[in-house]
Amino acid sequence: MKPTASPFTLSRNSFGRLVLSDAAGLAHAGIVPVRAFGITAPDYGISLMSADGKELQWLENLDVLPDDIRSLIVAELAQREFVPVIRRIASVSSYATPSTWQVDTDRGTTALILKSEEDIRRLRGTDNAGALLIADSQGIHFLIRDRLALDAHSQKILKRFL
Amino acid sequence: MTAPDTLPEAWQSELLASLAPDEQLIAWLELDLDDHLEFRPGLVTLSDRRLIATGANDTPREAWPLTAGLKLTHHDHAGVGTLELEDGQGRLALWRYTLGQSPAALRFEREFVRQRDSVASGQPPLPAVAAICPICQIQLQPDEEDCPNCIRELHTPPSTWTLLRIWRFAKPYQGQLIAGFLLTLAATAATLVPPYLTMPLMDDVLIPYQNGTPIDPDKVAWLLGGLLGSATLAWALNWARTYILALASERIGADLRTTTYEHLLKLSHEYFGGKRTGDLLARIGSETDRINVFLSLHLLDFATDVLMIVMTSVILFSINPWLALVTLTPLPIIAWMIHLVRDKLRTGFEQIDRVWAEVTNVLADTIPGVRVVKAFAQEAREAQRFREANKHNLEVNDRLNRIWSLFAPTVGLLTEVGILVVWAFGIWLVSKDQITVGVLIAFLAYISRFYTRLDSMSRIISVTQKAAAGAKRIFDILDHVSSVPEPANPVTLPPLKGGIAIDKVSFRYGNRAVLHGIDLAIAPGEMIGLVGHSGSGKSTLVNLICRFYDVTEGAIRVEGIDLRSIAIADYRRNIGLVLQEPFLFFGTIAENIAYGKPDATRAEIVAAARAAHAHEFILRQPHGYDSLVGERGQSLSGGERQRISIARALLIDPRILILDEATSAVDTETEFEIQSALNNLIRGRTTIAIAHRLSTLRRADRLVVMERGRIVEIGNHEALMASAGAYWRLYQAQTKQLDAPPVLGENSPSA
Repeated sequence: MKPTASPFTLSRNSFGRLVLSDAAGLAHAGIVPVRAFGITAPDYGISLMSADGKELQWLENLDVLPDDIRSLIVAELAQREFVPVIRRIASVSSYATPSTWQVDTDRGTTALILKSEEDIRRLRGTDNAGALLIADSQGIHFLIRDRLALDAHSQKILKRFL
Repeated sequence: MTAPDTLPEAWQSELLASLAPDEQLIAWLELDLDDHLEFRPGLVTLSDRRLIATGANDTPREAWPLTAGLKLTHHDHAGVGTLELEDGQGRLALWRYTLGQSPAALRFEREFVRQRDSVASGQPPLPAVAAICPICQIQLQPDEEDCPNCIRELHTPPSTWTLLRIWRFAKPYQGQLIAGFLLTLAATAATLVPPYLTMPLMDDVLIPYQNGTPIDPDKVAWLLGGLLGSATLAWALNWARTYILALASERIGADLRTTTYEHLLKLSHEYFGGKRTGDLLARIGSETDRINVFLSLHLLDFATDVLMIVMTSVILFSINPWLALVTLTPLPIIAWMIHLVRDKLRTGFEQIDRVWAEVTNVLADTIPGVRVVKAFAQEAREAQRFREANKHNLEVNDRLNRIWSLFAPTVGLLTEVGILVVWAFGIWLVSKDQITVGVLIAFLAYISRFYTRLDSMSRIISVTQKAAAGAKRIFDILDHVSSVPEPANPVTLPPLKGGIAIDKVSFRYGNRAVLHGIDLAIAPGEMIGLVGHSGSGKSTLVNLICRFYDVTEGAIRVEGIDLRSIAIADYRRNIGLVLQEPFLFFGTIAENIAYGKPDATRAEIVAAARAAHAHEFILRQPHGYDSLVGERGQSLSGGERQRISIARALLIDPRILILDEATSAVDTETEFEIQSALNNLIRGRTTIAIAHRLSTLRRADRLVVMERGRIVEIGNHEALMASAGAYWRLYQAQTKQLDAPPVLGENSPSA
C-alpha cells in the first residue's frame, strides 16, 4: 500500500478478506463495505463495517478516495451485491401464486418463484415511478427499473400481478 | 445426492472421465451462479480423495486433494450463498449459489467434513446424520433433499384437483349427498314438464279452436292441472334438495374449519412465528367460507344446469332431431363468447381486489399511527396518499366498467340472436309441414331457459379456480406435520419431582446453530438464573425445556424420561410460564387466572391471586374478580397484568416454573412488588429464570452464564464475581450504567 491522504489504508489478505488499518495503525480484517441507500442512491454513502458489525469508516462519496482503495471497495461491493435486473418476463407458470417466472435478467436467464403478490413492491423515492422490487421465495430481490419500459409481452404478464 | 448414478447428466461424461479408476464420487453440489454473480451452472464434486470444481468460474477444472488442513465454510448474504475453501495459509477457492441450493450446500459441507476427517485419520467415515428441514425443523428422511411439505407450499400453484381432496370431509355426508343428487335429478325433470305440455295445448286446443273446433274443457283442465302439478312438484323437490344439500355443505364447511383449527393449534411455535396472523385468520375464516359457498351454490347450480342441458337435449332430439340440431348449434359458440368476456372481466376484478387492498392499506397504516401523523402534522400528506390510492382505484374501475357495462346487453343480444335462428328455421319447417306450431313453441320455451343459464355457467371456471386456491391454502395447513411430534406410544409420566437433565443438547434454527453441546443438571427445587447477552441462546434453551421446539442433538430428560417420549400436554401440565408480555384473554379476571385449570374453585382462585399480590387491586376493579379484561378492557397496568399471569401460573401448581424476563417490562417499584409475588411462586419449585437485570437473580441457587450458544460459567453470585469472568463483566457493565445513568439532553461521549 502506498501512503495516501486518507486516514486509513485498505488491503486484501490471502483469505480474500479486506483489511483496514486505521489512523492508529490498528488492523481490522474482514471489512464489509455497505451501501447506505442500496437502491435509491447507490453512490451516496458507503460505510465500511467491521466483521462484528461496527462502522469503522463512513464514506460519503467514493470519488475522493485514492484509486487503489476505491477499486478494492468497488470489487468487494460487486461481490456482495446481487439484485438482478429483470429485462423480460418470458413466461409464468400460473397467474395464481405461488408462481414460477422465467425471466431474462442482466445476469442471465433464471427462474424465480413468487410466493404472493405482496412480494412485489412499488419503489418510491426513485426517479422512476414504474420501478418494482420483486422478492422471490429464496429472498433474492429482483429489480424492474421501469415496468412501462418492458416489452408488451412482459407488461401484459406483470399487469396480472399488480 | 450421495448416489453417483444421479449425477446431473450435463456433467457426467466430462467428470467421470477425469476420475482415477478407483476414485469414488461421494457428493456434489450444483452451483447456479458464477464468480461474477451471473446465472451460470457449475459443479463442485467431492470424491474420496479430492475436491473438484467444474465450470462455474472462469478457471478450468481445478482439484484439491483432501488434507487435514482444508476447511470449507459457508455464509450467505442477500439471497446468495458462498462456499469458501481455505487451508491454513489462505483462501483457495470460492463458489456461489442462490439460497435454493442452501440445503444441498450444507449437506455437501457435512460430507466434506466426514470425508476429510476420514482421509486425515485413516478411519472409515462416520455415519451420516439425518438432515433437518431449514424451514420447519422436521427431520428429513435420509434420501430426501428438501422437506416435502415446505417445498410444496412454496412451489406448487393451486390446482383445481385440490378440490377433490375435500372429499375427505364430504364422505361422512355421503347419504345426504346422494339423496340430494337424486332430488336434483327429479327436480330438474319436473321443471322440464311444463314446456312439454305447451305442445298439446297449442296443437290440440288452441290451433284447432282457431280453425273452428270448440275447446274441450276436460282436456284443458287436464293440461293446466298437469302444468300446476309439475310446477308444484318441482317446487317441493327443489326445496328438499336445496335444504338437504345446504345442510350437508354447511357441515362439510364446519368440519373443514374445525379440523384446520385443531390441526393449527397442534403445530409448533415455529410455524406461528413464520406466519402472519391475518393470513391464518383469512385461511380459516374466509377461505373455508368460500369453499362452502362454492359447494352449496356454484357447484350445485352448475350440476343442475348440466343436467338440464342433457335432459333437454334428449327431449328435443326425441321430438325433432333437425330442429334440435339447429337449436343447439349456436349454444357452444355463444357460451364461448360469454366465456371470453368473463375472462377479461375476471382479470379486471382481480385487479380491483388488489387496488382495494391498497386503499385499505393506507387506512391500516394511518389509523393506528394517528398520534404520529398528528404530532408531525402530516395530515395533508396522508390525505393525499389516500386520494392517490383512490384515484388508482377509480382508474381501474373505469377501465373495467367499460367492459362490464357491455356485458349484460351483449348476453341479451346473443340470446335474442340464438332464439331468432330457432324462429327462422322453425317457421321454415312449419311451412314445409315438418313440425307443428306446438313443437316450435315448446322448442322456444326450452331454449330460452338455456340461454339464461349460460351466463351463470360461464362463471363456474373462475369460482372453481378461486375455491381451488382456497382449498390449497387450507390443505397447506392440514398437510403440515408438527415439528414437535406427539410420541406414538407415550410414556405415562410419574409425578415429577422437578429435576431436569440437559444432556449434550444442540439446536439449529434453520441453518444457524443456536446452541452447542449444552450440559446442565438441574436439581428438584433448585432456582437457576440464566444470564447472558441477547442472542446468547437463553430463550432458546427455555423453549427447548418447554418443548416448544425439539432438540437437534442430545436429549432433555425429566425423571430419566426423554421429553420426546412423553405426551406433550401431559408434560406441559407441569410447567408454569410467566412471560415478559403477559397475555390476557378476553374474559373476566377470574377466567384468566383459571385458564390453566378451568375447574378451579373460587377459593383457589382467590388464594392464587393473594399469593401473587393481585388480590387487592382486583378488588379495586368495578366488578372484582368478574371484571372484564383482555382486548377491550385494557384498563390494567403492565405490572397488574403480570401479577394476574403469576396467579395463573400459581394456580396450576407446576413443578417446573419458567420466568422469561418476567419483570423487565415494569418500573423498579412495580418490580419490587412483582418480585415478592414471584418469591411466593418460586418456593419449593424448580425455577428457571431469565433476566436482564442481574439484581433480580440474586436469590438463584446457581447462575448459568451463556455466550454464543454455550455455557461459559456456572456458580452462585459470589463465586462468579470472585472468578472475574464473563458474569463479572456483565455485572460491571450494569452497575456502571446504574452509577452514571445517561441524562437526556446531554451528549454522551460514546454516541
